[in-house]
Amino acid sequence: MINAWVSASIVAVIAGVVGFFVVLRGAAFVADAVPQGAFAGAAGASLLGINTLVGLGLFALAGSLGIGWLSKRARRDVSTALILVVLLGLGALFLSFTVEYSAEIFSLLFGEVLGVSTSEILPIAVLGAVCVLAVLLLFRPLLMSSLAPESSAAAGISNTRMELIFLVIVALATSLTLPVVGALLIFSLMIGPPAAARSLTASPLAAMGLSVVLAVLTVWVAIAASFETNWPIGFFVGAGGAVCYAAGRLIAWWRTSRGRRVLDS
Amino acid sequence: MSSVLRVLFAPGFFASSPVHVALVVGGIAALVSGVVGTFTVLRGQSYSGHALADLAVTGGSATFLASISPLWGFAGTGVIAAGIMDMIGIRRPRGRDLATGIVRGAGLGLAALFLYWDTTSTSTTGTTVTILFGSMFTISNSVVPLMVAFGVSALAIVATLYRPLLLSSVSADVAAARGVRVRLTGLACLIAIALAVSLAAVTLGAILSTALLVGPAAIALRVTSTPGRATVAAALIAVATTWLGVVLAYDSFTWPPSHNGWPVSFFIVTLIFLGFVAAQLTGRARRVKG
Repeated sequence: MINAWVSASIVAVIAGVVGFFVVLRGAAFVADAVPQGAFAGAAGASLLGINTLVGLGLFALAGSLGIGWLSKRARRDVSTALILVVLLGLGALFLSFTVEYSAEIFSLLFGEVLGVSTSEILPIAVLGAVCVLAVLLLFRPLLMSSLAPESSAAAGISNTRMELIFLVIVALATSLTLPVVGALLIFSLMIGPPAAARSLTASPLAAMGLSVVLAVLTVWVAIAASFETNWPIGFFVGAGGAVCYAAGRLIAWWRTSRGRRVLDS
Repeated sequence: MSSVLRVLFAPGFFASSPVHVALVVGGIAALVSGVVGTFTVLRGQSYSGHALADLAVTGGSATFLASISPLWGFAGTGVIAAGIMDMIGIRRPRGRDLATGIVRGAGLGLAALFLYWDTTSTSTTGTTVTILFGSMFTISNSVVPLMVAFGVSALAIVATLYRPLLLSSVSADVAAARGVRVRLTGLACLIAIALAVSLAAVTLGAILSTALLVGPAAIALRVTSTPGRATVAAALIAVATTWLGVVLAYDSFTWPPSHNGWPVSFFIVTLIFLGFVAAQLTGRARRVKG
């Protein structure tokens, strides 16, 4: 249980930090595709009997770089979709080779937070720290190239390099978070809280902090609820992400309509 | 010649009735996906298509609980989700992606719950894999009429709205100025996508159905020069890859490692992806812009 809390909290912090840039760059589809593609890597790793984290990392990285490479030639959404399905197709192939998969597959797809062992926490923590550190070190250039690509190019920041770094960070974050929250739902954690945070505050740093707080809260509530009901944690994470977003939108809407009323009177 | 045919088509291919059903069902799904997909790609809605496919998982898993045909669940949730996306959707593409993602996340959360109930209450352990990755050779004959009905509806939507759809895909402002109701057209298009995706979800599996929707259309738009031709080409490419996938999957029953057959969806997706990469690399940049 302690393992679950620790690992899920680490995961939430990563998702909150990385998710902030996902929302800022409008990269929702990429952040959605990379985890799902990485799932195939986990399936392949379990087929070969190697560490799942290795399979996840390799496929997440391959997916990210593939999207980066292909979207130079074709529309970005189309390239993302096709890289995603080709990885998933491989996943389907790997799955058809294994016999005893069902429970494990389900937990990879929808999360199995209570199955995290003590030995798994250390790599999650170290890689998570690397991930967060990378984002913090590159905070300014990433922010500039996300918000104003033209002027950041003028300031000597290479937008293509930033894009590549961003994709690698997403891949790293993905491979860490996937075993805990599940391939299909990492993404709820990565965009729900940051989107809510963005509509609540305009300052980038405050928004990032708020998004981490919201993500951690979502995960804590989800773990508690999942422990109580024995239902899959993915359900609560998905619902929590949507609630965050809806609340953020409502508050933002209430603010603007109040502002309008003040102006009218 | 006949020996070549024998290598390509493993013995018993034409006599097997699961193969017949797979060819018919796959053909319908591919045809509809190809046509609707052209508009999906033109309008930059690949992500919506993918999200609708994921949401089809929710519907599919719910119908397994209620033990009715998953096709109803796929299509039903697809249409509902299309409505919700349109409701909270914002005009700007960036906001649209976010709204799409949120709906998708919430829907998949529900899917997790339904699948959990499926596996605990009915002990049908294969459900998750069947819904997500499809199982073409186990489809029963009885879904064909329903598939035809859904397919015809989707094609009818696209056919009636052909011009306004095209116009609003190129420029929403121009379309609005010419009296097209852009919002309504967009919703109709999403519903057509949802129907097409639900057909593809039955055959390819829910999370792979994006391949059939986006892939052939992207190839077709690359190699043809008008939207009309692209639509026809996309449908042809989709049907051809699907049928080739079925043939290869049938052949693969003798392949290592398990002699249990490789998944059809793997072959179809791989063929489409190879086609797409080839189309990009040959790259005579004749892009269709509208």
